[in-house]
Amino acid sequence: MQVIDLQANGLCKRFGKAAPVFLGLDFSIRQGDCVALVGANGTGKSTLLRCCLGLIAPDAGRISLLGMTMADLGPAARRDLRARTGLVGQKHNLVPRLSVLSNVIHGFLGRHSGPRYWVHSLAPAWARAAAMTALEKVGLADLALRRADQLSGGQSQRVAIARALVCNPRFLVADEPCASLDPQAGEEVMALFMTLVKREGVTVLFTSHNVQHALSYGDRILGLQGGRIAIDAPSADVTPLEMAKLYG
Amino acid sequence: MDSSARTLPHRFNRPGGIGFVSYVIVAFAILWSLEGAGWSVDRLLSSPPKLADFFSRAWPPSTHNLERLAWKMVETLQIAVAGAAIGIVLSLPIALLAARGVLVGRGVNLVVRIILGFIRAVPDLAWALVFVVAVGLGPFAGMLAIAIDTIGFCGRFFADDMENTDPGPAEALTATGARRIDIAASAVIPAALPAFVSTSLFGLEKAVRASTILGLVGAGGIGIELKVGFDLFDYPTAMTVILMIAVVVIGVEQIGAVLRQKIIGPGR
Ligand SMILES: Nc1ncnc2c1ncn2[C@@H]1O[C@H](COP(=O)(O)OP(=O)(O)OP(=O)(O)O)[C@@H](O)[C@H]1O
Ligand SMILES: [Mg+2]
Repeated sequence: MQVIDLQANGLCKRFGKAAPVFLGLDFSIRQGDCVALVGANGTGKSTLLRCCLGLIAPDAGRISLLGMTMADLGPAARRDLRARTGLVGQKHNLVPRLSVLSNVIHGFLGRHSGPRYWVHSLAPAWARAAAMTALEKVGLADLALRRADQLSGGQSQRVAIARALVCNPRFLVADEPCASLDPQAGEEVMALFMTLVKREGVTVLFTSHNVQHALSYGDRILGLQGGRIAIDAPSADVTPLEMAKLYG
Repeated sequence: MDSSARTLPHRFNRPGGIGFVSYVIVAFAILWSLEGAGWSVDRLLSSPPKLADFFSRAWPPSTHNLERLAWKMVETLQIAVAGAAIGIVLSLPIALLAARGVLVGRGVNLVVRIILGFIRAVPDLAWALVFVVAVGLGPFAGMLAIAIDTIGFCGRFFADDMENTDPGPAEALTATGARRIDIAASAVIPAALPAFVSTSLFGLEKAVRASTILGLVGAGGIGIELKVGFDLFDYPTAMTVILMIAVVVIGVEQIGAVLRQKIIGPGR
């Protein structure tokens, strides 16, 4: 039987008096899927990802994540659920004045609490080692002690990925993970995500403006247009023409 | 040309009815206040000779008790530094409770901000009077007054500094499931640190300015010499005290400006 990791029903969201971003979205994501969320600028991809992780509440509709409904959970259970998910934001959202290594160690804060996880100097040896391993995976081990606000865009992107991966999430959400990466690094990061999906059964939901990436790495395509789901199909069944229409 | 089709935004907005009425009200309020403050052209015109008389009697500044005054100035700075340091340290936890969306709910934020507002509303000399009653005459009362005054100032502005940090890193840590206290310590405070340093330096400058006057109510420092100088018509000594205060306050402000520049960097 297929396990459903994310189930969204009738999602609606609008910001203030602006036109609504979603007018009722229904979709589901199965465990181990790698889903590409596509759509033109401002169609609400980032907003949808935030709703999925319970970072903002939808105006209407329900989201069930890993079998739980964020809105029904108390603070402790909510943290527990979030500790099993990872987010790579569109803005990389590193803490600017701390080192790369400290930023990656923050990835453990969902499972552990206290000053030992605030900065790398105080962190336990296992956490530092695990953070270095994560940095090696994204090819940044040599910049571990660099301040996060002194990185290039692509480097900080990769640190954000390392922070999201360090506590082995079951469900990984990545908002344009390759946007500031050079083509080579972009392929490597997508390949890394694919390895996670195939080897460790991680579920990945990513957005991309790179149609080629979406079609070749996504098992499924979710296309947003005009506040509705315009495409929801296996990527093999989606034609380039259908993709082009999303942006037309 | 298609520029006629595109309407350019107005450079200025003509004030509406309510706007015009409020300008008139403000103008009347100012005139009314001048009247209440005893505005008097006669007395203003007769003041220069009296001022000149004061300066001629106060000049040259006295130098024969310079050493005693210098030590009083050192005590003044000690009051300021000790009081500001205690105030700054206590401000941090209080500011964490006052900052919206950091540690606690809106209700607590509001209560803490009202208390901080009350602390600021009470003038530093009034705090000094209160502490003179509580712990007796002398610099200790002054130091406590400076500490509470600094809490009122730094508590509020530390909280504002934290609210003004980029919410992105905090959101990222929320998404990992971090607790609020961990988010505050590992994302909000590090990002607000340069602003904290700047605010603290302003707090110290404010403390130095305030500490020079505490002596007027017997709470220690060089202010007592100013009062005695005027009471005994020893204007040269009073002049020396005024000049010393000016030099120290300007000096501290300059050092503060240099440190701020060093720590925060230009243009940030
Ligand atoms: N916090 C907010 N307050 C008000 N409006 C918002 C907010 N966040 C997003 N919006 C609006 O919601 C809409 C969707 O924004 P969102 O960031 O989700 O788009 P996106 O699909 O991720 O776009 P992009 O491809 O540019 O990243 C936009 O019109 C945006 O202006
Ligand atoms: Mg976006």
